[in-house]
Formats: sequence, structure tokens, C-alpha cells
Amino acid sequence: MTPVVEGRAITRDYHAAGGMFSKGSTVRALKGVDFQVQKGKTLAIVGESGSGKSTLARIIALIDPPSSGEILIEGKPVDIAARRPGPEMRSKVQMVFQNPYGSLNPRQKVGDVLMEPLIINTKVPAAERRERAQAMLQKVGLQPEHFNRYPHMFSGGQRQRIAIARALMLNPSLLVLDEPVSALDLSVQAQVLNLLADLQDELGLTYVFVSHDLSVVRYIADDVMVISKGEAVEQGSREELFSNPRHPYTQQLFAATPATDLDAIRARVERRKAARLAAEA
Amino acid sequence: MAILNIRNLTVTFATATGSFTAVNGIDVHVDRHEVLAIVGESGSGKSVSMLAVMGLLPDTATVTADEMTYDGRDLLKMSPAERRKLIGREITMIFQEPVASLNPSFTVGFQIEEVLRINLGLSGRAAHDRAVELFTAVGIPDPEAKLKAYPHQMSGGQCQRVMIAIAIASEPRLLIADEPTTALDVTIQKQILDLLMKLQEDYGMALILITHDMGVVAETADRVVVQYKGRKMEEADVLSLFEAPQSPYTRALLSALPEHATGDRLPTVSDFFQEEPVR
Repeated sequence: MTPVVEGRAITRDYHAAGGMFSKGSTVRALKGVDFQVQKGKTLAIVGESGSGKSTLARIIALIDPPSSGEILIEGKPVDIAARRPGPEMRSKVQMVFQNPYGSLNPRQKVGDVLMEPLIINTKVPAAERRERAQAMLQKVGLQPEHFNRYPHMFSGGQRQRIAIARALMLNPSLLVLDEPVSALDLSVQAQVLNLLADLQDELGLTYVFVSHDLSVVRYIADDVMVISKGEAVEQGSREELFSNPRHPYTQQLFAATPATDLDAIRARVERRKAARLAAEA
Repeated sequence: MAILNIRNLTVTFATATGSFTAVNGIDVHVDRHEVLAIVGESGSGKSVSMLAVMGLLPDTATVTADEMTYDGRDLLKMSPAERRKLIGREITMIFQEPVASLNPSFTVGFQIEEVLRINLGLSGRAAHDRAVELFTAVGIPDPEAKLKAYPHQMSGGQCQRVMIAIAIASEPRLLIADEPTTALDVTIQKQILDLLMKLQEDYGMALILITHDMGVVAETADRVVVQYKGRKMEEADVLSLFEAPQSPYTRALLSALPEHATGDRLPTVSDFFQEEPVR
């Protein structure tokens, strides 16, 4: 089956301009990354800040062009540097950003936020635009009366629902989610993750999910790519990666993830008690 | 013995639509050398109660308490001058956004030396040497050079280290850390938490850690206070809390951890916990 999205040897360079006396330099943020995601599946991209994971997300979402390499959407190569993607291609790939406080225009009502992609990319008449936006609000767990409210009237979790609703307005096949829950509280995070899982089942969506939180990745991903310093250091199915992380960097990530099982807590409490006794003695 | 003792703390804010009670009759106490975690979601009032201790709340806030003592001294009856001697010296605080906590127009060296000059009365040379010492203590590589750096030239993790260095400069007896790692990556979070725990042990200070992350609690706390909508839901030592949470809200928080997911769906707080009707 043709993968929904495929990347071949993707690289991306950023050029830092030189000053009066210094030469400009080039930073290679991505050093040749390959991946593919099948329909209805979730690929998680895991890495620290500075690893290039958001750069890759922007390339997959057709926002930035790669410096070299090829990106294929449903088997068709797309080169946005040569030609801006048309409405048809834009409708296939949509993105949800990390910070729901920054990604929604504070002067735009929720209804207008949702209808804007339709105005730009389709010829859907006004009445139908409104209908679809209201239906989408319900789909993401908001109320129809929220249609005429402004983003500041919503909590972080609700705003992320609005951002997800906006991304879904064009019935995309691929959704690129850049740390969609890392700005949210734990219980709100659970609600949004549940929503994403439900939407994936219902609409057959394909997700590229960028995160630095392995516990979230374990919950949502089918396949995982661990990226460090612009290179995919480990790639595989979730089961494989979580049962047997091979690359030292992956192991380091696992070691840094807080342990919440009772044995780990008990061991730590014992260690502290011993250290305190030793200090008093 | 408790170093900080708060009984029946209530904080209300005067807003355009009437008064809002952010903290509603909370008791908190921390012993010397103890790590206390205060856990709750946003809006639970967990930061507000500690800001009340620091005296950092805006004028619209009304703070009342039956008792609010630090080391046996009443914080509420203290004159502002007396309180200023305490805050920033014996009680210090670090915040969630390290990059926003530092002044972007001055080098980090200037900012830490300023604290050392004003709070500890060190002169230029001595302040500089002490700053280098502190930067080394919090694990900033090449401290001499980094003192000349501006906050935007450093990463989030390094800025948080600078904040910690400033906070421990006066060897405080109580450090309050308000979501110190929320803006940071897991690997950096681990480093910062390890650093805080090491400093807590080395300096023998009490540490209050405000967080919404049960993972952070599991890695650091001795004792835990769970707060929801301005009220205390539960208080227990860390092991009992994870082993046998008493309050339904605590159970809900624990089961919302993605690693505790059983089956396809993550339980959310509302699955466990019926909200009280808002009065």
C-alpha cells in the first residue's frame, strides 16, 4: 500500500548570516532522514529541543522545503520550493502546533477560525461553511454556542481542541502534531490524547506526532523515530523500541523519564533515608 | 520541627465580577531538610499559596491565615522591612519560565552579582568569585565565560541553572520551586531535578516543589500535598500516596499518567471525580 507520507533522505540547512568580521555559517538541522507512515497509523518523532524534530515536522507539513531529499504525499512527490502547493495539496496535510495560546488569533472568533481554511482553499458556500464548522465543534467535544466566542474565553485544553478542529476542517488525510499536549496539564492532556485517538479511529487519520515525552509516545504511537542532532538514531515499532531500546541516546531518554512505579519510589525513599542517617552519624 | 507552618490560609482576589477565592483554608507545613511537593492542576491555587508566603501577590489579593510562621516568626505581623530581609535570603523562589525570570538586557553575571552585592554585601571582586563558585555548584560549564553571557545566549536548562544559582546564593533555609522543569525537556528535567535534590541535601535546606506532574513528585518528594480548586484533597508521604491514594482526586491524577494506561483509553479526572457544583 502506498504510504500516506514518505520522506527520502531529507536534509535541512539553516544559514546564519555573517557579521561585519565573521563569516556566515551553516547549520545542518537534519542530516538525511527517511521514514514512511501508512494510512491510519501514528508515527511519533521523539527527541530533545534542538534535535531537529520540529524542523522535520514543518517539512512534513509542507510549511518549509527540505534542503535536499524528497517528500511524497500519497505517493506523489511534492516540492514546495519549486511550486507552492495548491488547495488540493493543502487540504491533505494539516498541522497542530504546540502552544494553543499562540496559534489562535486573539481577534478572531472561533467560528471564523474554523471557517477560514474553507474560505481560502475551497468554494464551499457560506451556509455550508457555517454548518461544517458547527459540526466540527461538536466532533472535538465543544458546544455549538462556542461558535461566537473568542479564544481568550477558553482554557488551554479547549483551545487545543479548537486548533485540532481547524486542522480537520479540510478533511485532511495527514495531521502533523507538534507537541500538541506538552503545554497542557496531566488530566487535560489525557482528554486531548483520547480525543486524538477517537478522531483517528473515526476518520482514518494518519498522524505524525512530535513529542519529547516517552510516556505519551508509548500511549499514542504505532511507530517511533528517535531523532538526535538531526539524525534518526533509532526507528521501529513501538513494541520493539519500548521493550528493547538499542541506541545509547534512546536509553538515555528512557533513563530521564520519571519512574512512577512503586518499586522505584520505594528504592528512592530508602536511599534518602540512608543518606540522611549517614549525614547525621 | 517545622520551618514553615501555615494554618487555614485563605487568599481571595477582588475581580471585576466579585471576589474569587483561590486558596480556601489550606494547612501546609514543611520540616527542615524536607522535600514537600504541592500537586494540583492549573487553577488549584498551588502557586498562589506560596506566592502569599513570599509576599508576591498583587494588591487585589487578600491573605488571611490563623498562622503563617517561618521559623517561629509570624510572617503576617512582620514589618515590610523585616520581611524583605527574610525573602530572597532565607526563603528564595524559582519560577517556571527561566528565560522570562531573567532580565534580557543584562548579563547573567551582572544579575547574580547584583544579588550577592545587595543581599550579602559582597564587594565587586568577592561577588565575582562567589558567582563563579555558584555557577560551578549548579553545573554550568566554563563559568567565567558564561558570566558574560546574556540570557538569550543560553538554553532554557542553563537559564534555570542560573536561576537556581541566584536562589541558593544566600544559602537559604527554604527554597520554593514553582514548576521548575515544566518548560524543559525530559533529559534536562532530569538534570535539574537531580541538581535540586543534590543541593537540597548538600545545603540541608527545605524544598517546596510545586508541580502538576506526578512523575516529578515520584522522583523527588518526601511528602505530598494534593490540592484541587483551592482546597487540600490529601496529604501523605510519597510512598503511601502512590501505593494507596485516599482521595478520589488523587486516584484520578495518578490514573491520568499515560504510563498507567490500561487498554485503549486514558482515564481522565472526570471519570473518577465528580466536580463539586460551583457556588
